[in-house]
Amino acid sequence: MLTKRIIPCLDIKDGRTVKGVQFENIRDAGDPVELAKWYAQQGADELVFLDITATNEGRKTFAQLVRDIARHIDIPFTVGGGIGSVADVEVLLQNGADKVSINSSAIKNPQLVEELARHFGSQCVTVAIDTKYTEATGWKVYTRAGTIETEYQTVEWAKQVVDLGAGEILLTSMNNDGTKAGFALNITGAVANAVSVPVIASGGAGSMEHFSDAFLKANADAALAASLFHFRELGVPELKRYLKQQGIAVRI
Amino acid sequence: MNLVIVDYKAGNVQSVQFALERLGVQATLSSDAETIKAADKVIFPGVGQAASAMAQLKARNLDKLLPTLEQPFFGVCLGMQLLCTHSEEGDTDLLNIIPLPVQHFETDLKVPHMGWNQLENLQSPLFEGINEKEYVYYVHSYYVPLSEYTIAQSNYPEPFSAALQYKNFYAAQFHPEKSGAAGSQILNNFLAL
Repeated sequence: MLTKRIIPCLDIKDGRTVKGVQFENIRDAGDPVELAKWYAQQGADELVFLDITATNEGRKTFAQLVRDIARHIDIPFTVGGGIGSVADVEVLLQNGADKVSINSSAIKNPQLVEELARHFGSQCVTVAIDTKYTEATGWKVYTRAGTIETEYQTVEWAKQVVDLGAGEILLTSMNNDGTKAGFALNITGAVANAVSVPVIASGGAGSMEHFSDAFLKANADAALAASLFHFRELGVPELKRYLKQQGIAVRI
Repeated sequence: MNLVIVDYKAGNVQSVQFALERLGVQATLSSDAETIKAADKVIFPGVGQAASAMAQLKARNLDKLLPTLEQPFFGVCLGMQLLCTHSEEGDTDLLNIIPLPVQHFETDLKVPHMGWNQLENLQSPLFEGINEKEYVYYVHSYYVPLSEYTIAQSNYPEPFSAALQYKNFYAAQFHPEKSGAAGSQILNNFLAL
């Protein structure tokens, strides 16, 4: 049976992980390769690396880092951050990334999704959607790291990018991100039920129950968290044991 | 051992090479007919779209060469599908080595079939040391139905061919290079054939 995926997300700046504490058995928690290997051993199903570097120099560092990660880990990983063209994606895939995640560049140029799917196949094109709810607007899509509201309603945008060839949606609720109050179940469920491709729930994970809610109540295919794992508030092995007890298919 | 990975600009060649490196094996990347013919073993990876991959093979005359190979050969993911007769993806004629069709998943479940799923009914030295129900990583929208050449299966929701063997041609729909320790074991088993 296909299992639900647990995905730690690592933010990378100038080739180093940004947040996180020193783990036992890891010499350098700022080294993304060390941290990635550790998560793979812990039973993470996939990893996401987001490059938050602003400079061109940093971007070259990131491509080299992708190669180092691919050399050392034996589970799939997605890379995102600042990807704007077919050429950008080609470099990352050639260096060993399995999937790329695009966000603002898809808003700016939706045809990019179609171009990437045609060049590389839908299976490696993840579209990341940052969404925020207000009573006045409903769930709207935001761009530029969540700073600018777009014209798109979230469910409609998700359907549009899937029609263009996205193979997966990474949905982050800005209302929930950082709150540890749980994933945004209503919008996650609405998107998961509206599109034919897998949906990753992101933003708000604070407990094991939040993950089972994302899978059982919102029909998410995968769930992503960052600080909850990095600060060791929750371990991947105990999370998976709990999910299995709840009757959720997980890889143990 | 002279191990060659067929390099035809179709995706995860680098990941396969790294996985072999982790096993302590150096592989040569090549699209050259003589180099491939001279190999002790050949690995044929692939991700992406069937028609564009076939075009890349034809541009290098590999569509003529690969069916003639006699050494142990291992097609991975799209590299497995390309060994078959015809794919519903882009209505594409394939290499026609294994007389089987490639079909699109018609299901209410999410497509692509993406993530970790279990191997069952293991029937090959390729799975030496691998337990029934072991998890491996998949990402694909097209599949090969069960057949007399099926040597492992998975369910989504119906059973399909997780791996095939036809003469010297072995193939896996999942990604052994991304399937943790189990995947490494399967690659090692191929090297030991």
